[in-house]
Amino acid sequence: MRGAYPSCLTKSTNTRRIGGMAAEALIPTSPEEAASLFGEGENLTVFAGGTILLPEIAAGRLKPTRALMLHRSGLDALDTAGAVIRIGAMVTIASLIDATDDLLTRFAEQVADREVRRNATVGGNLCASPGIGSQRGDLGAPLIALGARVRSTGKGGDRTEPVEDFLTGDRSGRLVLSIEYDRPTGRTASEMMRRRHAHSYAIVNVAACQTNGDLRVGVSGVGPLAVRARSVEQSRNPDDVLSDVDPVSDALASADYRRKMLPLLVRRALDQLGSA
Amino acid sequence: MNLTVNGREHEITSAPLTPLLHVLREELEITSPKAGCQQGGCGTCTVLVDGEPRRSCLTAVATVDGASITTLEGLGEAESLSPVQAAFHAHYAAQCGFCTPGMVVAATALLERVGGPVEREDILDALGGHYCRCTGYVKIVDAVMAASRGAA
Repeated sequence: MRGAYPSCLTKSTNTRRIGGMAAEALIPTSPEEAASLFGEGENLTVFAGGTILLPEIAAGRLKPTRALMLHRSGLDALDTAGAVIRIGAMVTIASLIDATDDLLTRFAEQVADREVRRNATVGGNLCASPGIGSQRGDLGAPLIALGARVRSTGKGGDRTEPVEDFLTGDRSGRLVLSIEYDRPTGRTASEMMRRRHAHSYAIVNVAACQTNGDLRVGVSGVGPLAVRARSVEQSRNPDDVLSDVDPVSDALASADYRRKMLPLLVRRALDQLGSA
Repeated sequence: MNLTVNGREHEITSAPLTPLLHVLREELEITSPKAGCQQGGCGTCTVLVDGEPRRSCLTAVATVDGASITTLEGLGEAESLSPVQAAFHAHYAAQCGFCTPGMVVAATALLERVGGPVEREDILDALGGHYCRCTGYVKIVDAVMAASRGAA
């Protein structure tokens, strides 16, 4: 198969052989080849930056038989010059921070540490499986607030949809190609609560954008997936966020604590926008 | 696959998804990158990939095929320590030493990037993902500040 390593290179000699490390590696060299190898995503593990998958594979908890490795796929184009910001799925969090200075950057700067951000990708952040000890996908809140659209391929071909729809859909059957959003022209607000610890995921993230009276509010860190706080957008009442989101308990915080903090952070974000 | 490690070229036979850490330690027997948490959280496996610090435990070897890797072994020798190594030695910045390879590699990259005196905040940002359970970090920060000012 195109892109696959010859079998002589998938045999290890004196290195440890743990299950999934010996997966057949498919290494596409163009976005088109990546889409074609992905097909409908059956029996395939998509490998982007590896910050979540590789520890699972090395520990033997995940044993992929076929891995679609995207590092040569050309899905790392980043266009921040125009009115629409376009971010390829394989753009690393580190290059995103270097190239942008907006609401998304403020959250990206909080992801892990400098070294991890050089591996971690925007596409991987959107496709991360729910965490066990803590929630994942810290970029969900700002992407929702920015009205970002996800372009993906898979069964039925290419599709572009709002990030909140992508998150609640069948992510495992989709290959993210890029994310895009209109350069914000209105006011933006960010509120984050996290431990003072480089590798801690967020306890509560709230991002909000106000453009010509149109308010968008994204929340992440409080549950397995980022959520658009539509009730708050309509009522402008911070307490209504609890009808949009049902906070969970994890190693970082209890659901009870998150239920108390989330409306507070939403209130602060709306205050920043001057619309509370 | 090929890697240039500390200036020497190697053909790699490990499987594509093998963490760079295991390739270095087990296939090439370069053991300064330590297998600590192996989840990206402790920093002691950090190496330079084309000059930039990355976690070798989070990096599948296929994704750095053809790259130039620098580990602690590539920075200095026992008789001629690198400026950061000399400063760590002079400031007692190592106790058990387990975190030291990652600390030194990341601090070296910081000094390369800044090219002059670095402040405490820069160091905390650059070493924020590196854990030391012995020193309390004070002497490590002192050492990096001194190295950036040309002092051991």
